[in-house]
Amino acid sequence: MSFLTSLVNGLSLGSIYAIIALGYTMVYGIAKMLNFAHGDFIMVGCYIIFTFVSTLKIGAVPGILVAIVLCTVLGVATERIAYRPLRHAASPLAVLITAIGVSYLLENAALLIFGADTKSFTSVIGWTGIDLFGGQLHIQGVTIITILASVVILVVLQAFIHRTRNGQAMLAVAQDQGAAILMGIDVNKTISLTFAIGSGLAAVAGALLCSAYPSLTPYTGAMPGIKAFVAAVLGGIGSIPGAMIGGLVLGIIEIFARTYISSQLSDAIVFGILVIVLLVKPAGLLGKITQEKV
Amino acid sequence: MALMEVKNLSISFGGLRAVDDFNLTIEKGELYGLIGPNGAGKTTVFNLLTGVYKPNEGIILLDGQNITGHKTIEINHDGIARTFQNIRLFGQMPVIDNVKAALENQYEYSLFDSMTHFGRYKKVEAEMDERAMELLRVFRLDQDAATLASNLPYGQQRKLEIARAMATNPKLLLLDEPAAGMNPNETAELMDTIELIRDKFSITILLIEHDMKLVSGICRKLTVLNFGRVLAQGDTKEVLHNPEVIKAYLGDEKKPAKS
Amino acid sequence: MDPIVKSINSKRRKNEIITYGMVTAAYVILEILMKAGALSSHLTGLLVPMVYYAIVAVGLNICVGILGELSLGHAGFMCIGAFSSAVFSLIFQDSIPEVPRFILAFVIGVALSALFGFLIGIPVLRLNGDYLAIVTLAFGEIIKNLINALYLGLDSKGFHVSMKNQMALGLAPDGKMLINGAMGITGTPHDSNFTISIVVLLAALFLSQNLIRSKQGRAVMAIRDNRIAAESIGINVVRYKMIAFTISAAIAGAAGVLFSHNISTLQATSQYFGYNVSIMILVYVVLGGIGSIRGSVIAAAILYLLPELLRGLNKYRMLIYSIVLIVVMIFNWSPKARDFRDETLAKLRAKFGGKPAKEA
Repeated sequence: MSFLTSLVNGLSLGSIYAIIALGYTMVYGIAKMLNFAHGDFIMVGCYIIFTFVSTLKIGAVPGILVAIVLCTVLGVATERIAYRPLRHAASPLAVLITAIGVSYLLENAALLIFGADTKSFTSVIGWTGIDLFGGQLHIQGVTIITILASVVILVVLQAFIHRTRNGQAMLAVAQDQGAAILMGIDVNKTISLTFAIGSGLAAVAGALLCSAYPSLTPYTGAMPGIKAFVAAVLGGIGSIPGAMIGGLVLGIIEIFARTYISSQLSDAIVFGILVIVLLVKPAGLLGKITQEKV
Repeated sequence: MALMEVKNLSISFGGLRAVDDFNLTIEKGELYGLIGPNGAGKTTVFNLLTGVYKPNEGIILLDGQNITGHKTIEINHDGIARTFQNIRLFGQMPVIDNVKAALENQYEYSLFDSMTHFGRYKKVEAEMDERAMELLRVFRLDQDAATLASNLPYGQQRKLEIARAMATNPKLLLLDEPAAGMNPNETAELMDTIELIRDKFSITILLIEHDMKLVSGICRKLTVLNFGRVLAQGDTKEVLHNPEVIKAYLGDEKKPAKS
Repeated sequence: MDPIVKSINSKRRKNEIITYGMVTAAYVILEILMKAGALSSHLTGLLVPMVYYAIVAVGLNICVGILGELSLGHAGFMCIGAFSSAVFSLIFQDSIPEVPRFILAFVIGVALSALFGFLIGIPVLRLNGDYLAIVTLAFGEIIKNLINALYLGLDSKGFHVSMKNQMALGLAPDGKMLINGAMGITGTPHDSNFTISIVVLLAALFLSQNLIRSKQGRAVMAIRDNRIAAESIGINVVRYKMIAFTISAAIAGAAGVLFSHNISTLQATSQYFGYNVSIMILVYVVLGGIGSIRGSVIAAAILYLLPELLRGLNKYRMLIYSIVLIVVMIFNWSPKARDFRDETLAKLRAKFGGKPAKEA
């Protein structure tokens, strides 16, 4: 049974990584930038929900809704203020460093407002879950909801991108910004929309992450953010199904490594798998290699 | 003996035969032209000759030596240097360093010397400086030696690319549309330069060109490519009057450019 | 010699000498202030870290600015340099006198981080751009993680290694614990100081600046500017990428040696060797000017001291630091801000008839 428990836990953690990675991979594919602050949007979402549930005692549902809205606004505003002026900078490192600055800013703002102490997050999901095999395998409610949520998000996102005009515009901008402008696509609007979706997803991921692992600090989002980025790269950055697969693979490996090998070495194993995959498939599992034309 | 001999060269991308059964013989000291409409496969031929692509079939002989399948770096050591259609300079380096970078394989000193500037460093660097300036003078770029390559005007950038290729001491120089984007004055100057280096360094040159005036002015022999196949080959005048060539390359109505 | 070549070479040499002069002058001033008792003990304690971060920044600039590849794993090389040299110093603490012991420890730390740079470079340098960045980050984290789980002891029977716990070592009672897992290394002799750090910084600057102005350096920069063109003129891309990456790792390792011999308890924590540290050093490199070795040193010194000097503002210092970082990046790099700056400068120049624009 411990195998099945680990598998379910792995799927759950992987689903959270997948939701974050979807945001990462969309922003990377369309705006062509590594948004290092993406993980911190998760943390912002968590603190908003925490405030609604534990401080104001208003409840989880309005908390989640407000968190999604505020994170969306924050994502769009960050892009507008901090990233857009640097979109055509001489070095691609400029916007990366700015993203690092935004990450520091969010973490330290949270530190000022909420303090450094660990907050104990109340799960937003009341359902205790189900028992299988006569009680031998207990699956928590949050686990089931997390896995379902990631599947729903994947399906909706795929439909959005392939079936709507805005989605098509995203694909066009991802492929060639110059040509997209010539076709009358509003690149600024499309990139804003991408940040909106990515940041909104970060809030959802935050709610699920802190419900499963209920300790909240200003640095809660950083490591899952990095892991999700690793997941996006593992799956082939820019690819939406790739982000999903990458996230799930990463989550499962991490939980199994923690259970069966060593909890201390689980991160090393996760990163080691990334290295091995990239050596065999340099563009990730589902990514395409593009060769420079001579 | 011919300097370069290419036999039955072919390559396919997906289902498309980009170059099909390409044959070419270039004699030593020749200035040879490769022309054809857009998309005919001219640059692909260059990429095959310089090891960027591996041919599906065929062999490439340079000075009697089989160089088919060699990597780009080896091909340069074999004695072929090239320029690019879309200029590829070392933009953040000064003009003189662009040329010195190409001297890399001809001058030796150790990594230790390079990090300490002891040993052979001073002597060898002085020699390299002299060689580089000599080349830059040929191309009248010596006054710009300290300028960053990306800050040069367009015409000068094209020349610097040729100078850099020449610095590797090639037997065969491949020029990919050297006059692209140049005005008539610059083109005329470039023609002089190309003839000058051919004579001064007694080198063989194969060039891709759209500018018919340049081609007919300096190339004694031509190969015309169309849809990846050789349409005509031989003496420039004959080739340019070949009705097939006129039809394919210049369209039905137009007359060939005056030579 | 050609007068143009002469002027190019002498300009570059002058530029390098300014860097050495700047570091030496800063050292002399700080030493005098220290002797005069004008520096608080807190500030004095920051001097060695300031210098070793400047050294890593120089090393990282070789990778990012000269080779043109983004590495987010240089803290890992620092970690290797720190731990390997500390283990050596711990073993020979009582058997070798201080000076030769530190020199040997230094050589070992640098050599080992260079070796790891070489080994990691083989797979990593086949990748491009952001993929390379994430894999270097991964290697940095792997190194930190493995050292955190490493138990190393020495007794009369030789070395004992375990990845489990201290008990699993089976160390004889006379044995000495060298690396105690996440507890790290304790009792490394304090062999490094401000003066030694400055000497190492000057050496790193000397070697890096010389490298840039050499045939190997030109080959590396040619690859950075245009890999395809570099191949076309016969430059061995893999070889020179490996050389640059290995040197870059070795310099980071040198900083690690200074680190471990300046701290009583050495632990492979995220605070010291995590990807955050690699990123912090990258910030130094970018703000100092990508490819500008002197800029890296200045930026590292200022940015390392800045949050510390803002201590008076207490809670707000990191917030202010992050805002400053964002604002500086936008003003320095946004094309609009650059045009505005250039225009303003041109106007000022026209008005006051000052010096003409700097060349390149």
